Amino acid sequence: MKLSKLIKTGFKNLGVNKLRTGLAILGIVIGIGSVIALVSMGEASKLSVQSQIQSIGSNLLTVSPGSQTSGGVRGAQGGATTLTNEDAEAIKTSAQITTIQNVSPEYSGRAQVIAGRNNTNSQIVGVEPAYADVRKVTVESGSFITSQYVSRMAKVAVLGPSVAEDLFGEGVNPVGQTIKIDGKNFQVIGITKAKGGSGPTSTDDYIFVPLTTAQKQLFGASHLTSIALEATSENVMTKAQNEVGYLLLSRHKLSDPAEADFRISSQDDLLETITSVTGTFTTLLSGVAAISLLVGGIGIMNIMLMSVTERTREIGLRKALGAKKKTIIQQFLIESIILTFTGGVIGVILGIAGFYFYTQVNGSEFVVTLQSVILAFSVSVGIGILFGWYPANQAANLQPIEALKYE
Amino acid sequence: MEAAVLVVDLLVDFKNSVMAKTIIDVDHLSKIYNTGDIEVKALSDVSIKIDEGEFVAIMGSSGSGKSTLMHILGALDKPTSGSYHLDGHNVESLTDDELAEIRNKKIGFVFQAFNLLSRTSAIDNVKLPMDYAGYPDLEQEKRAKESLTMVGLADRMDHPPNKLSGGQQQRVAIARALVMNPALILADEPTGNIASTQAEEIMSIFQKLNDDGHTIVMITHEEDIAEHAQRIIHLFDGKVKEDGNGHTKSKATTKT
Repeated sequence: MKLSKLIKTGFKNLGVNKLRTGLAILGIVIGIGSVIALVSMGEASKLSVQSQIQSIGSNLLTVSPGSQTSGGVRGAQGGATTLTNEDAEAIKTSAQITTIQNVSPEYSGRAQVIAGRNNTNSQIVGVEPAYADVRKVTVESGSFITSQYVSRMAKVAVLGPSVAEDLFGEGVNPVGQTIKIDGKNFQVIGITKAKGGSGPTSTDDYIFVPLTTAQKQLFGASHLTSIALEATSENVMTKAQNEVGYLLLSRHKLSDPAEADFRISSQDDLLETITSVTGTFTTLLSGVAAISLLVGGIGIMNIMLMSVTERTREIGLRKALGAKKKTIIQQFLIESIILTFTGGVIGVILGIAGFYFYTQVNGSEFVVTLQSVILAFSVSVGIGILFGWYPANQAANLQPIEALKYE
Repeated sequence: MEAAVLVVDLLVDFKNSVMAKTIIDVDHLSKIYNTGDIEVKALSDVSIKIDEGEFVAIMGSSGSGKSTLMHILGALDKPTSGSYHLDGHNVESLTDDELAEIRNKKIGFVFQAFNLLSRTSAIDNVKLPMDYAGYPDLEQEKRAKESLTMVGLADRMDHPPNKLSGGQQQRVAIARALVMNPALILADEPTGNIASTQAEEIMSIFQKLNDDGHTIVMITHEEDIAEHAQRIIHLFDGKVKEDGNGHTKSKATTKT
């Protein structure tokens, strides 16, 4: 029997019970739609994290305090106060270190910021001028923190564009205005250029102040929360990591690298970590979506089985008139594929629409890969075949007399 | 065209009179059903030969085994023992798919309950066996129209069965049985679900088909319907009780 005729018959049979057909399709729509939407969202967040990290620079090394071991007890990661201004200075001046061209000691913490009636809790980063070079931050208007401000312990601040907008509203240039950080007056001397992205890794949300001001005036600390290093090139990253590592070990009077109370990570490490985190997240979401797809598939199998029972006489007649096993199987498989394929098409459309809505709300990039759409279609057809097979086989194995006698 | 038909008719007549070909050859056939512990012997040692061009009625009360015999003759079921040759093919040695092909090409079924696809037009119903045989669309159209015209439904080809009377539905079923030009037309209580006035019409169509050379085997329990056949086989308790001439009354009035 010709395929076109089988498909025509399939549509006719499915048209008989429109509500039932519609509900079966709905199951697949929800399954495919959620797979498409969730996978796209996962991909989008991965992309945005990656582009953010790459915007920071690929020859960047970050030294952060590790856990401190005292008397055999290991403290919490990052909780240590082991990095000092002197460490940063040593890296800058040591003769053994040949691969680092810029050193940016940093202290960051959160504080309450007030400008007029606007009030926000922001990430305050104490920096030296090198920060701008190392972390690839440029100033949109005004100027960045200079060494004069650092040595004078000046109360000046450079705002990230997001914070500036939060505090002063859109389109207002706050350079020259005064803000209160932790109750102290700071003069705004510049705004950085937007780097995009969102969340805690985006410098758009930061307020930069001189390192000395942050340590002494705001947070009362004498250590650093991180030291950012710019290597002379991407190719010497490992060497740079080793050089800095040995210097810091000897400065901290540690002989065994396993006892290190600091961590040196490159952007690649960070990228890998975050990618694996978002990857896990995407996998989890897809897993949930896949379960709903499975449930949809079982729905298809259910109505196909019902249909086989209802059409026992018809199947018997068709076999009596010369339909072979293969033809009957094809007939039922085509019906279930029509169901899942239709569900797949609607699901892809709704999934993409849902993802588009998400990007509008979230501000992330709207990218739908062709692969995910093709995958969704093939999965939906595959589900049709998989869950249509058993009912189709049941139908094909009916004996023509049994089927004809069936009331 | 007319001449060709005439020649064919003459040839058929010639063949019938001189060397009638055996269409159905049932030899010592038995069918035993196992329903749990009880063995039911539906047919025991039945031997029947039916030649090409014959019109045979198989009669019997319910439980006589006539339905079982019809299923076996229709290649819908296989005998427990004995042999059955249909138009030279040994049926019991065939696989399910080969049986399907035999049913498709050699047998035209007419059922008591018509068994038409209800939401499908008369002509598409008639095309169904040709679909399974893989005939091209144009030929399907042509043959289906000829077939429906033959049973007097030329003006109702696009009607679905539920818009037709019982007699008309059965005529669609006959058109479907005819369309593959089968060696055997097998009718199972063809008038059982039809008003008696229309029953006569159906029988006259069978009569005409038989006059045209078709071999017809009809299962019935109604005496007056069986009378239309040339030969009547009576079954009783799964055995052939009587095998004799029909037409003790009269042929149905042929009207076309």
